[in-house]
Amino acid sequence: MAKLEVKDLQVKYGVIPALKGISFYVDEGEIVALIGANGAGKTTTLHAVSGIVKKAGGSVLFDGTDITEKKAHEIVGAGISQVQEGRGVFSQLTVLENLKIGAYLRKDKAGIEKDLADVYALFPRLQERREQAAGTLSGGEQQMLAIGRALMAKPEMLLLDEPSMGLSPLIVENIFRTIRKLNRERHMTILLVEQNAQMALYAAHRAYVMETGQIVMSGTSKELKSNDEIRKSYLGL
Amino acid sequence: MKKICSIYEAHKKIIQVIVAVLLLCFPFLITNSYFLHVAISIGVYVLLSMSLNLVTGYAGQLCLGQAACYGIGAYTGSLLMLNYNVNFFLAMIVSALVSGLFGFLLGLPTLRLKGDYLAIVTLGFGEIVHLVFVNWADVTRGPMGLPGIPSPSLFGISISGRKAFYYMALILVVLFVVFMRRLINSGVGMAMETVKTDEIAAESIGIYPIRYKLLAFVLASAMAGLAGCFYATYISYISPTTFVYNTSVTILAMVVLGGMGSIAGSVIGAAIVTLVPELLRFLSDYRMLIFGAVMVIMMIYKPEGFWGASKRVKNIYKIDAERRTHERNTERN
Repeated sequence: MAKLEVKDLQVKYGVIPALKGISFYVDEGEIVALIGANGAGKTTTLHAVSGIVKKAGGSVLFDGTDITEKKAHEIVGAGISQVQEGRGVFSQLTVLENLKIGAYLRKDKAGIEKDLADVYALFPRLQERREQAAGTLSGGEQQMLAIGRALMAKPEMLLLDEPSMGLSPLIVENIFRTIRKLNRERHMTILLVEQNAQMALYAAHRAYVMETGQIVMSGTSKELKSNDEIRKSYLGL
Repeated sequence: MKKICSIYEAHKKIIQVIVAVLLLCFPFLITNSYFLHVAISIGVYVLLSMSLNLVTGYAGQLCLGQAACYGIGAYTGSLLMLNYNVNFFLAMIVSALVSGLFGFLLGLPTLRLKGDYLAIVTLGFGEIVHLVFVNWADVTRGPMGLPGIPSPSLFGISISGRKAFYYMALILVVLFVVFMRRLINSGVGMAMETVKTDEIAAESIGIYPIRYKLLAFVLASAMAGLAGCFYATYISYISPTTFVYNTSVTILAMVVLGGMGSIAGSVIGAAIVTLVPELLRFLSDYRMLIFGAVMVIMMIYKPEGFWGASKRVKNIYKIDAERRTHERNTERN
């Protein structure tokens, strides 16, 4: 059984359909990428899964339970954490406060401390800067903080929205290495949305290609990387 | 301004003690009853600006109807005292509760509305409440107002005279400051901060923004209602003209001028906005003009206010120095 199963998901903004019924799945321990151009509906898909936008139809199953009708904060409680586009760190709070508030729904103090240590191990930079206001961090550090904060909720699955946005190539590589590490070492299931198809296909096991609210192609990263159309339209080769 | 801040930081303890002593001795130092009246008015406005700061400064919801909750508290308290002979202290608690209930109603639009749109709704709320005060003549006596509101009494002893009211205002201000500090530095305060900064990000860590927005509205309205009840018993006469849009805007000016998201800012803002027009009284009609100009200049050169949130240096998770040096040493090795 798939960890996350999305069936015929539809979203409308007013009368305009943003998602015209898409279906996909993510297996446990898998990294799956949604790639596509601007306005294809990638972020909308993530927001619909995490409950931030209303679904107009279809269903979302997580671990076999129907989470279609759940609200955003309940979905976090169910085990899905989202790292949103543009990072969304709380700039007035310190790095440490940002991380701690990530564990908002948890009560196990010892577990929170342990996860904090784990986040620091994953991103030593955050430990160095833990007393700094998050707004003073560089873009890359803020992305690390956003991922770290999502991990503090102890999710079973991460949704990452454009982790490469606005970052230099070197930092993008670093972030994607960490994403793979999370998957390999901690068996984290990840659904990733990315315009940078090259990086996405490097990190993901499988990918779906979206165009104007529909999935037009899918396959393993290897298959897609060797597909002529993908090479031409998304990888620029 | 920077200089003042650095002087303050350097001698924080001493300055705080001096201010506390001055505030305690004020009625004995200045016996002029007019100045005492101004001081009590400042006290009432400090309560109001703190309440609005909770909603607008900390939870980030622009509210233009704070005077309505202030009025609801004042009318509830006065009617209870006048018609049912309820003890002031009980009336104050009830008026806080009733205002809090209306705050909940006022907060409900936040389920759907944000920013400017919400501000318009709160503006409308303020107008409706004002109109009810004016037109519900059977109960509120309409524009004639409610005269003869009794002074509070405690264990049979009547509390009256400006000095007593001054100390009551001071106690209320201190209680509000303590309450606000505890609230802001708790998990609730942090959650409000996240809702203010980025609602979607707050949701994505499991915070339900509506809960905190409603909480802020309820608490702020209850605080304003309490202030209203105190005002009513002090001034002993209330009429709808006090609880108008203009008052809401004045309170907002205090919050913005003093500094959004800062408790000290609310106090300073309320003091300045009340005091400056009084001090400029010798300029008669020109004083509001000058005051307006001062506000404009202030917002251009110091938009964060006198004591704004940019001074936020708190870190609720203090890391002790020892652990830090230890870590630094291990890093070096």
